[in-house]
Amino acid sequence: MTAVLSLSRISKRFGALTANDAISLDLAKGEILGLLGENGAGKTTLMNILFGHYVADEGEIRVDGKVLPPGEPKAALAAGIGMVHQHFTLADNLTVLDNIVLGTESLWRLRSDHAAARRRIVQLGEDFGLKVHPDAVVSSLSVGERQRVEILKALYRDARILILDEPTAVLTPQEAAGLFDTLKRFVAKGLSIIFISHKLGEIIDACHRVAILRGGKLVAERPIDGVSRGELAELMVGRSVPQPKATARQPGATVLALKAVSARRGQLALRDVALQLRAGEIVGIAGVSGNGQSLLADVVGGVAVPDAGQVRVGAEVLADISPRQMIARGIARIPEDRHAEGLIGDMSITENVVSEGYRGRFSRRGLIDWGNARTFAETVIRDYEVKCPGPEARVRLLSGGNMQKLILGRVMAEDPVVVLANQPTRGLDVGAVAYVHEQLLKARARGAGILLISEDLDELLALSDQMAVMYQGQLSPLMARDQVTIQQLGLMMAGQGFIHVESIDAA
Amino acid sequence: MRLEPREQQTVALSFGLPMLALIFSMAVCAGLVMLSGASPFQVFGLMIKGAMGSQFALLETLTRATPLIFTGLAAAVAFRAKLWNIGAEAQLYIGAVMTAVLGTGLLPLPWPLLWPVLMFSAMLGGALVLSIPTLLKTRFGVDEVVTTLLLNFIILLFVSMLLEGLLKDPMGLGWPQSKKVIADAQLPRLITGKRLHLGFVVAIAAAVIMWVIDRRSALGYEMRAVGHNAKAAHFAGIPVNRVLAKTALLSGGLAGLAGWSEVTGLKGNLTLDLSPGFGYTGIVVAMLAMLHPLGVIAAAIFVAAVFVGADAMSRTAGVPSYIAHVMVAVSLLAMVTAIMLTRYRVRWR
Amino acid sequence: MEALEILFTASLWAAAIRIASPLIFGTLGELICERAGVLNLGIEGIMTAGAFSGWLAVFLGGDLWLGVAVAALVGAVLGLLHGFLVVPLGLSQHVTGIGITLLATALSYYAYRLAFPEVTSPPKIEPFQPFPVPVLSDIPVLGPALFQQTPLTYLAFIMVGLVSWFLYRTPAGLAVRTVGENPAAAEAQGMNVTTVRLLAVMAGSALMGIGGSFITLSAFNSFFFEMTNGRGWICIALVVFGAWRPGKALLGAILFGLFDAYQLRLQQLAGAVVPYQLFLMLPFVMSIIALIVMSRRVAYPRALMVPYRKGER
Repeated sequence: MTAVLSLSRISKRFGALTANDAISLDLAKGEILGLLGENGAGKTTLMNILFGHYVADEGEIRVDGKVLPPGEPKAALAAGIGMVHQHFTLADNLTVLDNIVLGTESLWRLRSDHAAARRRIVQLGEDFGLKVHPDAVVSSLSVGERQRVEILKALYRDARILILDEPTAVLTPQEAAGLFDTLKRFVAKGLSIIFISHKLGEIIDACHRVAILRGGKLVAERPIDGVSRGELAELMVGRSVPQPKATARQPGATVLALKAVSARRGQLALRDVALQLRAGEIVGIAGVSGNGQSLLADVVGGVAVPDAGQVRVGAEVLADISPRQMIARGIARIPEDRHAEGLIGDMSITENVVSEGYRGRFSRRGLIDWGNARTFAETVIRDYEVKCPGPEARVRLLSGGNMQKLILGRVMAEDPVVVLANQPTRGLDVGAVAYVHEQLLKARARGAGILLISEDLDELLALSDQMAVMYQGQLSPLMARDQVTIQQLGLMMAGQGFIHVESIDAA
Repeated sequence: MRLEPREQQTVALSFGLPMLALIFSMAVCAGLVMLSGASPFQVFGLMIKGAMGSQFALLETLTRATPLIFTGLAAAVAFRAKLWNIGAEAQLYIGAVMTAVLGTGLLPLPWPLLWPVLMFSAMLGGALVLSIPTLLKTRFGVDEVVTTLLLNFIILLFVSMLLEGLLKDPMGLGWPQSKKVIADAQLPRLITGKRLHLGFVVAIAAAVIMWVIDRRSALGYEMRAVGHNAKAAHFAGIPVNRVLAKTALLSGGLAGLAGWSEVTGLKGNLTLDLSPGFGYTGIVVAMLAMLHPLGVIAAAIFVAAVFVGADAMSRTAGVPSYIAHVMVAVSLLAMVTAIMLTRYRVRWR
Repeated sequence: MEALEILFTASLWAAAIRIASPLIFGTLGELICERAGVLNLGIEGIMTAGAFSGWLAVFLGGDLWLGVAVAALVGAVLGLLHGFLVVPLGLSQHVTGIGITLLATALSYYAYRLAFPEVTSPPKIEPFQPFPVPVLSDIPVLGPALFQQTPLTYLAFIMVGLVSWFLYRTPAGLAVRTVGENPAAAEAQGMNVTTVRLLAVMAGSALMGIGGSFITLSAFNSFFFEMTNGRGWICIALVVFGAWRPGKALLGAILFGLFDAYQLRLQQLAGAVVPYQLFLMLPFVMSIIALIVMSRRVAYPRALMVPYRKGER
């Protein structure tokens, strides 16, 4: 076996945290190597070192036996390494061609050769089955198309080693299967691939071999033949995390109802959405990213005001939609982006936990009672097991899981009627995921209605009582969980067999 | 090179780095002074003497610091909420215009009534001037930096127009200046025969009030939240636009007070050279104070000392007094760098 | 009626182009900086420094073009300082820009007073003379308006073409646009975001410096205080008005020059009836109106004013 790429004893520390601990790994020519590990295991750090975004504290990387200079993406590209990032690195206002050609021509040239580049992109698209119009502006493309552009960027530079970081997170199950076929075609042509994922099934479906990272260490390497899901799961997590189970429960009265709600923001739109959520049930919303789920969440969260339609909380049709209104009606909101929306990184834990209630019980005549606020912060830290130096610590320094616990503590404290959870476990490690799930189920047991929006079908199937799919701003009717399969959901997410429901009689 | 957030901000860093920044700016200016052939030690010596070497010098420095405390507070409160008010100069002049319009005899009130009326109207004038760019920002997304800057020019021309027209003093021998304010509008001197006036005490009080608002009030909290992350603040239910509007009222009002205090305390009337750039210098004061309201007092006195000292020095040493402007500008840039370095460490790889 | 007739005089258009020239340089300079994602509020001071240093070089015996080169160099150095503070160090672009303006202005004034401690009337130089382009300058109206200008004005127009070509036709221009749209995309393609941004800010600031030198080497023949008089801030408004495109920015600058030239003539016409300050206000008022009109429509560079930290997403 000849290694096209070999990492030897790579270590990287961030302050007290060791993200990568002496990791050694070889990639053979024509191989698809799965890199498995939960969030925070150090996969992305390792790949960022490989690609030159970070410099390792120790260790070296060889491509075809030659040492790769550290810290230079340019050198990695020149050595034939191509990377498809989890969050696409595309300039949205530029064309596909601009995005692909960038950096491939000498900066001193007085003229770009667009014609030649266009021909080559079309040719590559045909050879590898990755069709996309070279002159389209990226912002007009679907998520799947954008991923194709990302892959084309690498192929255009004759990449021989392709790294894909969580490539299926944005795809339907069927699209993911299509991607696996494309990858098989790549290796048949002599490319080698590292496939990063935290999903066991995908690794087994797509890869030849798997390397497992846990807590920054390489804990095992296995050929895919003969490996079992159970074995992989145990290696990945290294401890048993009991999955919280939902107990059967009879749903109560309607707590939240949307009727013919339409809204618009940029290119996103909601069209005539109808939805009914009852006390004590979890309704899961599936869909490929960018189909309007975030806008739906913003309407329910009070951040976006609908152009038409009715939003009803309890028995009351809301006349005025704003974050404050929604908080006042007892809607607990867990936002999609903890950093941008959920918390204010440069403020303390105390200041963050009172951000929704500072005008109410934490202030008197315009002055804030910081003693009271601090006591509440301490309660949240204790009850929700937030690991932190203290209530005065800046939130920026917390881990993702602890940030999410903080948000849970803030919004759950007042015993909400409705919980809006938008991608609540994105980027969290297994322990934190289980914690969030447990909290959602507890709220359900207390009789709250929970609207769970997620791109992770496994999560939705595990928690939801009923499910619906969003596609191009429309919402399907609710389906009971035990009546749908993952295949069915996948097809609906791609628009096949999708039925839009105009309105429900939510009398 | 790369910046890494520090996990802890030590006290040594928080004090040491800003001190280093000031020393750095003095070193730069020492170099420039040497270009003129003078000795930097002698020049700095003369500056210190000119700024605080005598009772007269010290009082002069505090007098100069008074408007800077107001404009410094104006910038500090706005910058907290990331409302980039670069227009304190215009707001100051409108505050002065309001004072000149109402205080030159139009309202023949006794001082206990006239003072609050004039203060309030000066604040109102300044507040309204800043409200325009703020409204344009919240309604149309127009960057307030450019609009506040452009408004400075418009308002200055407007004041010039008034001084050659409606507000012109008929006894002014043709100079573009307003009539003197009436005796009941004038602020008393703190020490008889000296220039330091009651405006200084009002400025200190304003700083203390701003400090309480900043630390204790819901509004102060809202302003900080909006400044750090407006999107998250909006999500949490903080009415971002309303907070920005309130911030504009406060900030513009404070700058308007600077105009009131200069007219009623020091100059007695409105002229076109009422402010030699107090509005712009206020930005420097606010940054040197790291936006802390009480820090503004110290920073304003420091900056005023540099200017007063440089004026005195240039009369004897022959080094252009513009060295003060250079020193203030360099210390602004050095200070923002220092503040950043207290929060981040530089890693070279 | 007279007010309308002015519109058809060649002298009005010639003045409009003359007034527009420094604005074209400044606007192009700001445009390059902002296209790379960096707001440069140092422009007002950089133009002042360009005006002073270019003039000083000529006063000390240099050639006029040497003066222009010196102004460009001084601009680039100040741009490097601004770039260093806001790109690798990631400081607030607003505060730093204002600081650069204060610093550049103070340094110019200090140096001027140092060089000429006791002058009462500002020393003069021999400025650029109008250079009629053969044949073209004989076209009625258009000829005197466009082709009897000084060489620096012609350079301004050539610059518009060059900057357009650079941004849209060259690989380096694509790099500049990408770091202003999504720096992570540029880094993923092996570009050094910091270097590209620094170079763009330096190049843009050099143009601002040249724009400043136009004031002392072409429009006037001496340097005095406050002579930039807000032109830099107007350039920032013109960038927005031009939707970050060189061609539209040129149009905006000419429109602005036309307006300014027109109000100067109206001012003479109106005599003492209307206060002259009202006319002088108009350019600034118009800039604000332009900002409001354009605010909703334009596609601004997505990464404008967003500092980029390597590997942070």
